[in-house]
Amino acid sequence: MLVEIQNLRIQFRTATGVSEAVRNVSLTLGQEKLGIVGESGSGKSLTARSILRLLPSNAISTADSLTFDGIDVLRADERTLRRIRGKRAGLILQDPKFSLNPVMTAGAQIAEAWHVHRGGSRKAAEQAAIELLAQVQIRDPQRVARAYPHELSGGMGQRVMIAMMLAPDPELLIADEPTSALDATVQAEILRLIEDLVSRRGMGLILISHDLPLVSHFCDRVMVMYAGRVVEELAAAALTRARHPYTRGLLECLPALSHRQTRLPVMQRDPSWLEV
Amino acid sequence: MNARLQMLAGSFASIPLTLFGLILVTFLIGRVMPIDPVIAIAGDHAPPDVIAAIRTQLGLDRPLLVQFWIYLVNLVHGDLGRSVMTSHPVTEDVARYFPATLELATTAIIIAILIGVPLGVFAAARQGSRFDHVVRVVSLAGQSIPIFVLGLLCLLIFYVKLGIAPGTGQLDVAYEGMVPRVTGMLVIDSVIVGDWDSFWDALAHLAQPALVLAYFSMAYITRMTRAFMIESLSGEYIITARAKGLSAARILWRHAFGNIAVRLVTVLALAYAGLLEGAVITETVFSWPGLGLYLTVSLLNADMNAVLGATLVVGLVYLVLNLLSDVLYRLLDPRVA
Amino acid sequence: MIGVISRDWLLTETPASRAQAAWVRRYRGWLQFRGNGLAMVGLVTVAIMILASLAAPLLAWQDASAQNLAGRLAPPSFAHWFGTDELGRDIYARILYGGRVTLGMVVSVVLLVAPVGLAVGSVAGYLGGLADRLLMRVTDVFLAFPRLVLALAFVAALKPGITSAIIAIALTAWPPYARLARADTLTVRHSDFIAAVRLTGAGSLRIIVRHIMPLCLSSVIVRVTLDMSGIILTAASLGFLGMGAQPPMPEWGTMIASSRAFILDQWWVPTIPGIAIFVASLAFNLLGDGMRDVLDPRQR
Repeated sequence: MLVEIQNLRIQFRTATGVSEAVRNVSLTLGQEKLGIVGESGSGKSLTARSILRLLPSNAISTADSLTFDGIDVLRADERTLRRIRGKRAGLILQDPKFSLNPVMTAGAQIAEAWHVHRGGSRKAAEQAAIELLAQVQIRDPQRVARAYPHELSGGMGQRVMIAMMLAPDPELLIADEPTSALDATVQAEILRLIEDLVSRRGMGLILISHDLPLVSHFCDRVMVMYAGRVVEELAAAALTRARHPYTRGLLECLPALSHRQTRLPVMQRDPSWLEV
Repeated sequence: MNARLQMLAGSFASIPLTLFGLILVTFLIGRVMPIDPVIAIAGDHAPPDVIAAIRTQLGLDRPLLVQFWIYLVNLVHGDLGRSVMTSHPVTEDVARYFPATLELATTAIIIAILIGVPLGVFAAARQGSRFDHVVRVVSLAGQSIPIFVLGLLCLLIFYVKLGIAPGTGQLDVAYEGMVPRVTGMLVIDSVIVGDWDSFWDALAHLAQPALVLAYFSMAYITRMTRAFMIESLSGEYIITARAKGLSAARILWRHAFGNIAVRLVTVLALAYAGLLEGAVITETVFSWPGLGLYLTVSLLNADMNAVLGATLVVGLVYLVLNLLSDVLYRLLDPRVA
Repeated sequence: MIGVISRDWLLTETPASRAQAAWVRRYRGWLQFRGNGLAMVGLVTVAIMILASLAAPLLAWQDASAQNLAGRLAPPSFAHWFGTDELGRDIYARILYGGRVTLGMVVSVVLLVAPVGLAVGSVAGYLGGLADRLLMRVTDVFLAFPRLVLALAFVAALKPGITSAIIAIALTAWPPYARLARADTLTVRHSDFIAAVRLTGAGSLRIIVRHIMPLCLSSVIVRVTLDMSGIILTAASLGFLGMGAQPPMPEWGTMIASSRAFILDQWWVPTIPGIAIFVASLAFNLLGDGMRDVLDPRQR
């Protein structure tokens, strides 16, 4: 078992009181591909990031247990956490325009991730960076390694990000909306690349998205979150048997070619979804 | 790279116009003054024909435009007129007094950077902590205390009461004239000739005004560094860096600070320029024989040629430093181009 | 009525009117400001300073200009809280009246500078083209001098005195306002509501004065508060260098200049006005800092 979370709660202290962003979320993850779906603010990102304890500094998180391969993440010191972050679990963020360091070359950023966890000479790290760039199917890795992030396209930037997170050869990859900032044509390519690398290296994957069909296509299992809670969890293949009205709503508000629809239904939110 | 050169050309292109404006402003200030330069030269009770003669000699009877042209032509030849007070050409005076200001300002900026930048970085890293609050108050105080008050208090405490600092001036009377003038900066000159007694005395004299001046610009540098760092630390790339498992120090310096370094360089250049302003007062308080003291003494003697000459030179230095900050920014930041 | 303007009314998430929405926003800003202890210290100090200098004749029981050479340079006592200066005048009274001079100068400078800067900036930003380039070039020239040095040269040319000092400081203080107003104008120049106003046939002048300038106001106000301490320091520096208010006027910088020689033996004589300048300038800095956090987090 790679990750085990029981009753995770994340709160934010605000001017008008405490707001609950994640309430009583539990999940277990092995060497599989888990999708977390929900709208913005549903707590899906926070849940995933709490595995690496990468929450905003004003967030308060508590849980009955939150372990990564047996390590108690909530009580671990910084040193222990650093051996998980990057080395054993990588995190891919949404928009490479912001998530890559703008004043370091792509190669230097990848080499840094390699060097920090694997040591060795600077030269070896640079060489490894170029090899990694080739692995994420970049045709001219030497040139890209020398480029600054602003000189790269969105898809290219995201490949650099993936290469950087794969550098220390982690066991788990958390991809937080990895394609929402990209062009539609590039989205599928990037997702296929992630899936391919994850399967080939036998890694676990958490794919966070607001796109339910897309997630179910790439994952084994899907968790649907609404207002900080898990409302439904089901195998990706069993999506059509979803029971919760929110999940159903998400599925039904999509246009389909297979049957005629005059007008797409609008989701009617039921206040009772907030009480579980 | 070509685009970068073009941008550089752009920042240079604005210089002649600004420079022209600078000269025009100093010229106009010189002509609107109610203090008649003729009387300053001839004295209050000179007979009318003497006054008229001097007026013609100074070209003050010519139309304003012609006067400006003459002023420009003289300027091109490095002629800023003659100081009534020292009876030397102003250009010569400026050349004599400038090195002391350079020595003082450079020492001050080095101290200010060495203290201000780390303070700003650590305050930002622990935003909202007690340390941050202390830094905030210390730097706000630095921006609020008048330099002359700070200078006088330092003299009172360290020179008069404790006796651990030397008094005003650049050197003790006992050492005066011992070190031949090479650069005009006594600390450097005394090293060049190997006169270590003079060196330590010069350094001791430099310490107090330099520290006073440094506090003034340290406050600014700290606040700017802190503000830049807070912005940089909230960047997504910091989350990336943390997710990579980097150490806190590496995230802070390599990633957060690395992103502001270029912008900070431009701030430092501006802070250096701002020191010119502080130097005017610091030099007056500490009788430091630099351009600032020259300026204020000339002011009190209504020596307008000297005042305008010094003002123009200060404006020029200011302009060059501003240009430098612009150029550095465009050269160093990979995002510009 | 009490029920209407209550905390709940001011904190509601669903305001019933535009006026209420505006008040909710202001009240939230106030709450945020109030939470900043240093800013509150600044606000209270500024308020006390203003009140004290307005009420100077009531608070000071001694004449600020009455000389008493027999009792000169006296240390602080019950009769003279802050002692007496080199001509035997009561320093406490002079500090109070000096507050009037300083605040008067600050207000005059701001009244001169803010409208000019606002006008230059919004006109340059709105008209663009040649007018913009010309006005910004002029602004650059004034920015190319260190403020104090240019002010010194101006004062020297005009004639040392409080009026010259105000004019000189104003002349050197307006460019940043112009820059600020221009930047704000550029962001709204092409917005739809300006286009709509133009379609109704409004002229450039009307658009600038009625629709653009009000939008630039909030950043200008923040800047003014932050600038106050700079103006106080420049005014005091001019006074200290003998180029500002002239003796016997009780201006703080001038007081320090005329009593500088006594720092060795009667240190309080020049130190007390020094503290006054420091407190005034620090108070405005703290206030401005807090206001910026609330009103305009972009500015530094």
